[in-house]
Amino acid sequence: MKILVCISNVPDTTTKITFTENNTQFNSAGVQYIINPYDELALSKAIDICEGGKGTVSVLNVGEANTEPTIRKALAIGADDAIRVNAKPVNAYFVANQIANVAKTGGYDMILFGRESIDFNGSQVCAMVGELLDIPSISIVKKLTLDGSKAILEREIEGGKEVIETSLPFAASCSEGVAEPKIPNMRGIMSARTKPLTVVDSIDVPKVIEVINYETPAPRGSVKMIDSSTPEALIDALHNEAKVI
Amino acid sequence: MSVLVYVENTEGKFKKSTYEVISYAKEIANQMGTKLTAVSIGDVSDSVLSELGKYGAEKVLNVTNDKLKTFVNKAYASVIAEAAKSEGASIVVLSATFTGKGLAPRVAVKLQAGYAVGVTELPNISGGGFVVKKGAFSGKAFSNVSITSENKVLTLTPNAYKIVESGSNANVVPFESNIKESDFQAMVLDIVRATDKVSLPDAELVVSAGRGLKGPENWGMIEELADLLGAATACSKPVSDADWRPHSEHVGQTGIAVSPNLYIAIGISGAIQHLAGVSSSKVIVVINKDPEAPFFKVADYGIVGDAFEVVPKIIEAVKKFKENA
Repeated sequence: MKILVCISNVPDTTTKITFTENNTQFNSAGVQYIINPYDELALSKAIDICEGGKGTVSVLNVGEANTEPTIRKALAIGADDAIRVNAKPVNAYFVANQIANVAKTGGYDMILFGRESIDFNGSQVCAMVGELLDIPSISIVKKLTLDGSKAILEREIEGGKEVIETSLPFAASCSEGVAEPKIPNMRGIMSARTKPLTVVDSIDVPKVIEVINYETPAPRGSVKMIDSSTPEALIDALHNEAKVI
Repeated sequence: MSVLVYVENTEGKFKKSTYEVISYAKEIANQMGTKLTAVSIGDVSDSVLSELGKYGAEKVLNVTNDKLKTFVNKAYASVIAEAAKSEGASIVVLSATFTGKGLAPRVAVKLQAGYAVGVTELPNISGGGFVVKKGAFSGKAFSNVSITSENKVLTLTPNAYKIVESGSNANVVPFESNIKESDFQAMVLDIVRATDKVSLPDAELVVSAGRGLKGPENWGMIEELADLLGAATACSKPVSDADWRPHSEHVGQTGIAVSPNLYIAIGISGAIQHLAGVSSSKVIVVINKDPEAPFFKVADYGIVGDAFEVVPKIIEAVKKFKENA
């Protein structure tokens, strides 16, 4: 079993988001970067599947050299080796093309992703890679079990779930429930330093989309406090003033 | 050149988000001075399809292939891309539902299109450009993106655009598509739906609770309030992490981002990760016993008080309101 796990390097969830250069650049000053939390679930699942010599887990990141601490963290958690495509991940289409280019010759049985990155929230790369490689893609997976040459996955839908059977290889994006996140132990951290990390060049991809600028949400009006002894005043305000009930 | 909208059905019926996405796509078609065509896949009656005309779809391509009765991601993407080509549509719009977000990237690759996910407003097409606003950083910001490719794919965030009734009945025409055997490598075995509850991503009203509730046994009043209002229930991350509530209810940066008309937060302090998931709610009500809780800073209405005292009073007030309505 060969599994490729694609990871993003994202701002820590506690980051206060600000921008510079006339709101055209994300302000990364003082920002801590982490493995995208959903990607960490995908990685944990891959390690579970391959545990006890049943396979190998490779992690792939499209990023510049500054993402290497995040890649080493993935190796410390338990990935066997890593690939970094040396390029700025400018958009999902670009990233998906880089991943597909690496994966097409890798002979992977499955390619796992997080359901979305917590910076751009696109939920795009998994399905794009699936399409580029002409393999199934299953998005927002809460459960994944292998059954011989097939896999059974549970996908989240509005108010329920869909159970899907797929042949290998496939691409899937993982959500909460698929695995418990793993914490690297001392042995993992030590061995991560010497595990192979290959850096490859990026390929050219046609430009289809670009960010013009960013906005922060408009500040809300000040809060209207209602005394706890008069909850009917709240209902009245929601009905007559806010008109939401 | 035209605009194509994919109309996703659930067991033969359309949801509010479908009418929103048709209304949105129709307005884009108007701006560009062109027509809107819808494509439907699966078992939907002709009368239901022809009603889509009311929201602006002049023509509905109806794909009724038996093999496509249940959702098959790869095959559905093939059909939508083919419909776009056959209609000469350069813009394809889908709803940003779980299914729509799984389909749109594949359609975008097939059409070599730039894809903007989860848009919240109409595009700005002045001067021949195509700039559209979408969420970024998990609700902490927005980005304006320019799609520069000839073809474009958009998914519309549910509850972000108003339904507009404009036209009359649509012309429903059968659409045959050449689907490949290899489009059926992944198949749905079973669909499990909780039918008795409002689903969180679809909900217009949400009642959410946090650690202030002290334990899963105290959720009865939250469910009662939600039922009375016709709202979905939700929770904060510590609550789903402790398995007091299912993960599917977790709202926040690493859970579901919601954009309801009303979000009532009970016993949730308002960590930055949680606020990210609710920032596009239209009205926020916060009930917390700590007057310094950060959630009050982004709330529209606030009540300082113990949830166990305040919530039963609110339930009574809602009951009275319903009786008089």
